[in-house]
Amino acid sequence: MLRFLARRSLGALVILFLLSVVTFLLFFGMPRDPALLMCGKGCTPANLENIHHVLGLDKSIPEQYAIFLHNIVLGSNDFTQGPCPAPCFGYSYHTNEQVWGTLMDRLPTTLSLTLGGAVCFLIIGLSTGLIAAWKRGTLIDKSFTAGAMVISSMQIYFLGPLALAVLVYQTHIFDKPAYNDFTADPVTWFTGLIIPWVVLSTIFASQYTRMARSSMIEQLQEEHVRTARAKGMSRRYVFFRYAWRGSLIPIVTIFGIDLGSLLGGAIITEYTFGLPGLGRLAVESVFFSDLPLLLGVMLFSATMILLCNIVVDAAYAFIDPRVRLA
Amino acid sequence: MTTVTKEAGAPVPADAGAFLSVRDLHVSFRTEDGVVKAVDGLSFDLERGRTLGIVGESGSGKSVTNLTILGLHNPQFTTVEGEILLEGQELTTARESELEKVRGNKAAMIFQDALASLSPYYTVGRQIAEPFMKHTGASKRAAWARAVEMLGKVGIPNPKERAKDYPHQFSGGMRQRAMIAMALICDPDLLIADEPTTALDVTVQAQILDLLKSLQQEFGSAIVFITHDLGVIADMADDIMVMYAGGAVERGTTNEVLRSPQHPYTWGLLNSMPRLDSDLAAPLAPIPGAPPSLLTPPSGCRFHPRCTFQDRVGGTRCITERPLLAPDRASACHLTADQKHTIFVEEIKPRLG
Repeated sequence: MLRFLARRSLGALVILFLLSVVTFLLFFGMPRDPALLMCGKGCTPANLENIHHVLGLDKSIPEQYAIFLHNIVLGSNDFTQGPCPAPCFGYSYHTNEQVWGTLMDRLPTTLSLTLGGAVCFLIIGLSTGLIAAWKRGTLIDKSFTAGAMVISSMQIYFLGPLALAVLVYQTHIFDKPAYNDFTADPVTWFTGLIIPWVVLSTIFASQYTRMARSSMIEQLQEEHVRTARAKGMSRRYVFFRYAWRGSLIPIVTIFGIDLGSLLGGAIITEYTFGLPGLGRLAVESVFFSDLPLLLGVMLFSATMILLCNIVVDAAYAFIDPRVRLA
Repeated sequence: MTTVTKEAGAPVPADAGAFLSVRDLHVSFRTEDGVVKAVDGLSFDLERGRTLGIVGESGSGKSVTNLTILGLHNPQFTTVEGEILLEGQELTTARESELEKVRGNKAAMIFQDALASLSPYYTVGRQIAEPFMKHTGASKRAAWARAVEMLGKVGIPNPKERAKDYPHQFSGGMRQRAMIAMALICDPDLLIADEPTTALDVTVQAQILDLLKSLQQEFGSAIVFITHDLGVIADMADDIMVMYAGGAVERGTTNEVLRSPQHPYTWGLLNSMPRLDSDLAAPLAPIPGAPPSLLTPPSGCRFHPRCTFQDRVGGTRCITERPLLAPDRASACHLTADQKHTIFVEEIKPRLG
């Protein structure tokens, strides 16, 4: 297990390194000069050159990349804005704030949105999927399957405003979505996020309903499940002990991917509900050609996805004894 | 002794003494293409301590019959008619909760592919112990001890340690032994073995057959042994029932069926079996054609499209009239008893060597 984790973490580091190189090269391939944005109106060539120098953009690309890596590992005191402890992604071109600090400011929002949403969509999706599989062929199964089909064809930017219009602006049942610090006031944290959670989870849950149902039905036709029935085990026991165990593998796989990409920022959800999360940060960094921020958000999201993948692979070994981790 | 009654007409009332009695069983599946008549009017009896061998090609209804005995078919798509009596208990109409008490307890099953038939997620010991806990109410500890004892009985060395292993850590033969231990842990009166040795190599196959025979001596179970291997059946069975396209075409004691077979299909089966002592140059003689689609079974005798002897019957009887299977030693064929005897002695037997 330890060897597995060490090997996978090393692999993840290599991927992150390659990703940062590609991002760097792509950024300098862009036809936009970030200094021009900072320079503003009435920009003189002397001003522009000065900004280039302050940002370090007058150095060669490999040199800039070396500084970038150095700062992540060791931090830096070379910034005019002040000291930048490791992991240092530098200061945002746009806001002049430390990138790592900004990321950490935005993280709780994304974390709350994602984890709360994930709990909702797992509970709703898996339970409806299991009920549909248990009641296969009945009216319940058919209505669940059809409902999941309809909902999964909707989009957050449709369901979100609809939920806001009905539940917030017309009936005033819920508060307007907002992120409130959990440690300060758990109640407003909960009420502020409930609508984003519900909207996010309906769309994801419908996919989990269909996946859990089909995966259970497949497992129920396995020979070892038939053997368990031939031993006289009850239908419930066979369903939850034998079939459920096998159908976990595809579910865990997809969940790992979903969770990882949501932790990297649920862009549409954050925009729809005006929540200041990592997803919005990513879009803003592209919009303002903000290289340090762009690299920071990008590498952070990638780390989340890679971490979730490692956890999923480790989970396989717990689910299926045939999978050995080495 | 097996008693296969006629195919159609009023079913004979169940023999009061028979341990397992199947009467005029019809099983059909609804599929997208139509209704598949997998079993079409099958009757047989089986006594305690006896072994009935069921032979036939794939799709002849062997496995379906035995899954139906334990109610393991999918009730949503399956229609079952007829009677299955196990010690007088009607199983086709039994509730699921009653069937659960029978399965693994009074009647147990061994499947062909032990790797696919054992759950990869639980230890062998746990899987063997489960039915014992369920049916006897034993504690976890007692059931585990019993599972270890059973593993020892079926010849697994060091059973105490091996019980903690998962099925993928066992060899093919050991997995089949574990399946047998699982089936026999509650001392069932009826054991249904569905091609238990087909997936094994020949030496292991012989060991498993010996094991089954010695366990039958010890436990006194009745065995239904399904196979398409006539060599295995000759070794295992007291009686043989030959199935074709969902019905029985011939039955009798093992000696009778293998020494003086009466049905053209049985002749075909014997002919298509390779023998060590036969002439190397002589080609095998497979039965021409393929098993019929059970969506639209042939009219009359189900075997007539593949039968090379139908011209000896004369007329169109084979195409229009389904031959009946008389009680006791019999075969469902329109040829006369004399014809069957002459054809076998003069034309079939010489080729068998």
